[in-house]
Amino acid sequence: MIHRFRGGTHPEDKKDATRHKPVETLPPPQKVVLPMSMHIGAPCEPVVRPEQEVFVGQLVADSAAQVSAPIHSPVSGKVLAIDQFPHPNGGKVKSVVIENDGRDIPHESVRPKGSAEALTPDQLLRIVREAGLVGLGGAAFPTHVKILSARGKCDTLILNAAECEPYITADHRLMLEAPEEVIGGLRALIKLLEPKRTVIAVESNKRDAAETLRRTLPGKTDIELVVLRTRYPQGAEKQLIKSITGREVPPGKLPADVRCAVFNAATAAALHRAVTTGMPLTRRIVTITGSAVANAKNLSVPIGTPIIDVFNATGGFREKPAKVLTGGPMMGVAQYDLTAPLVKSCNALLAFAEDDMPPSGGDICIRCGRCVRACPMNLLPVYMYMNERKNRLTELEALRLSDCIECGSCSFVCPGRLHLVHSFRTGKQKLRDRPTGSEVK
Amino acid sequence: MDEQLTVSSSPHIRADDNTRSIMTDMLIALFFPLAVAFYFFGIRVLTLTCVSVLCCILFEYAYRKLLKKTRSIGDMSAAVTGVLLVSVLPPSTPYWMVALGAFFAVVVVKQLYGGLGKNFLNPALAARAFLGGVASLSSFAEPLLENRFDLFGSADAVAAATPLAGESLEKLYGGVTPFTWQDMFLGQIPGSIGEVSAALLLLGGLYLLIRKVITLRIPLAFIGTVALLTFLFPRGGVARLDFMVYNLLAGGLILGAVFMATDYSTSPVTPRGQWLFGIGCGLLTVFMRYFAAMPEGVCYSILLMNTVVWTLDKVGRPRRFGVRLFGKKKEGSGASRA
Repeated sequence: MIHRFRGGTHPEDKKDATRHKPVETLPPPQKVVLPMSMHIGAPCEPVVRPEQEVFVGQLVADSAAQVSAPIHSPVSGKVLAIDQFPHPNGGKVKSVVIENDGRDIPHESVRPKGSAEALTPDQLLRIVREAGLVGLGGAAFPTHVKILSARGKCDTLILNAAECEPYITADHRLMLEAPEEVIGGLRALIKLLEPKRTVIAVESNKRDAAETLRRTLPGKTDIELVVLRTRYPQGAEKQLIKSITGREVPPGKLPADVRCAVFNAATAAALHRAVTTGMPLTRRIVTITGSAVANAKNLSVPIGTPIIDVFNATGGFREKPAKVLTGGPMMGVAQYDLTAPLVKSCNALLAFAEDDMPPSGGDICIRCGRCVRACPMNLLPVYMYMNERKNRLTELEALRLSDCIECGSCSFVCPGRLHLVHSFRTGKQKLRDRPTGSEVK
Repeated sequence: MDEQLTVSSSPHIRADDNTRSIMTDMLIALFFPLAVAFYFFGIRVLTLTCVSVLCCILFEYAYRKLLKKTRSIGDMSAAVTGVLLVSVLPPSTPYWMVALGAFFAVVVVKQLYGGLGKNFLNPALAARAFLGGVASLSSFAEPLLENRFDLFGSADAVAAATPLAGESLEKLYGGVTPFTWQDMFLGQIPGSIGEVSAALLLLGGLYLLIRKVITLRIPLAFIGTVALLTFLFPRGGVARLDFMVYNLLAGGLILGAVFMATDYSTSPVTPRGQWLFGIGCGLLTVFMRYFAAMPEGVCYSILLMNTVVWTLDKVGRPRRFGVRLFGKKKEGSGASRA
């Protein structure tokens, strides 16, 4: 039985520009910039020195912290510098810059680890951690931490192939072109989590991908393929769990608390490659599209490639971009410095021309209530906005601002074009900045 | 190098609908009942509408200009108020009263509270109530009916006070309703300009529903409540079905339920709040028709419900995601730690 999550919206999917374009491989650039923070959790510390020679797949940075993920070099060459560099999420972050010698010599640690069937769960878990895997759907939560928190608690394993953000076709192409990698990674996850039920969740605008996966699965299989209605934010973890199982993750809890674990399709494929080739996460598929791009493409990009180099490799811009995003148009981050590198969680690079920019925001709420209907978290954006503007933090907290997943549905549907999500981010910051002891119990 | 890139918070795309398009949809929907009124009441409907709309736009423009506020007439909401105002007035209303009503609606009710979206009373209905007071009206009768005929004196339809319930119905008409179902449905009955034709009002409502400007909740709850109560407790010796249909179609109920009670600023935003709001409007309307002998039952019940919108939104707040409304742990909601 397919359930439905409440609310959400249906932006035009705009995927046609890249839907049918096979993934091309971008050769490593002359220089890569690897920020020490490409994941949720503690930043890494470099384990290489300037001038040191490194090889493809070699560990460049790591952390002893529980929640973190190591970083590897996508090129062979020489460490140029370890310094503060622009990060696509804003600001500057300590990064390792490596100059590519163009020889692509793999590091000695890169060797096939065998097959998921032959390995023990503990060996698999170590491979996941050592490959630096993080959630590739955008959240970048370290995969091994997620597996650890879910082990022994899950009856349902969900492979998230919803890809509900407009424009993005990276997972779609991956499923069409390398279904065996996706299924292989899923098999490894099954082995790690031993769920009773395993579901691959695809949105109805990717039926061809669902069909390809079905053909890849053996005739008799215990993996379910579920085609969900195309509705944003279908791929948000809590909404996806609701759609598949009818369960709701309580506030402040994890999917494991409702006996579920969700992994992105691209994460599963990366896990498969880490097992079968030994290559850690040094590349990912990125959709490069938008009205300002000359040639929209799906590209396999070495992580750490400067954003401007990725655009240039596709043929540059058709016209001067007015806005550049990493990620989708609903939750992506606007970039101001295109020398920032592509990081692990980035599934799309979008460039919009001036006349394709949405009309600027207004400040008049007409109380139409569309935001209330669109909120997939059952919140009241109209009242949250009003209280945030007036700095009424107690009310803001009582309206459960913390439940907001910042999916953007409310802002999208707002006829007054209010900057609702921005106001909620500001509100969350105000609550964090509030002197301690003033919380309302 | 890239100083010309725009940086803003997500989301970076927006739906096509905006305030202006919604207000334009309102105007289109209101066109249907107005066209019928034009057909039945004549050219005066047109001139009254023009006066009302122009006055609303003018007063809004002047107020905001004088107080050095941003110009807002472009959002079309003043025009909508103008059309709504004329819809609730009898075709005999003098022009100066329409202008006075427009001033009250736009300046006192809307702008003094902060403008679009901030007013807590429905501007058109508040102005209607205000004009009723100005004219010392207890019903439509005086003095609006003094000069009730249209501009060129050719209308055969008369706007008369409509007794909707109570003893007057029995006294006046001897236990049958004064109009046929068909006349009421099509609009060949006396009443305010915008309220006479149930058929065209419902058509306008259907348009708003299809365009997703309104949802079904408030109109359905409102009309449903009135239908249920009048069917269960008919009065004036009329057969219950006749009495129900008469109450649904003869007064301002459909206009109120579809176009007035659904006004964004003055109705709840939460789904449950909207149901409660509609039911409340329905209950008050029936009470006023039964016990107060007021033909403006719909107008006053909506205005009364306007004042409790925030409370209804509090009551109607959606269930928190991941938390059950009733009971504690059930399959799926609770944590199970093995």
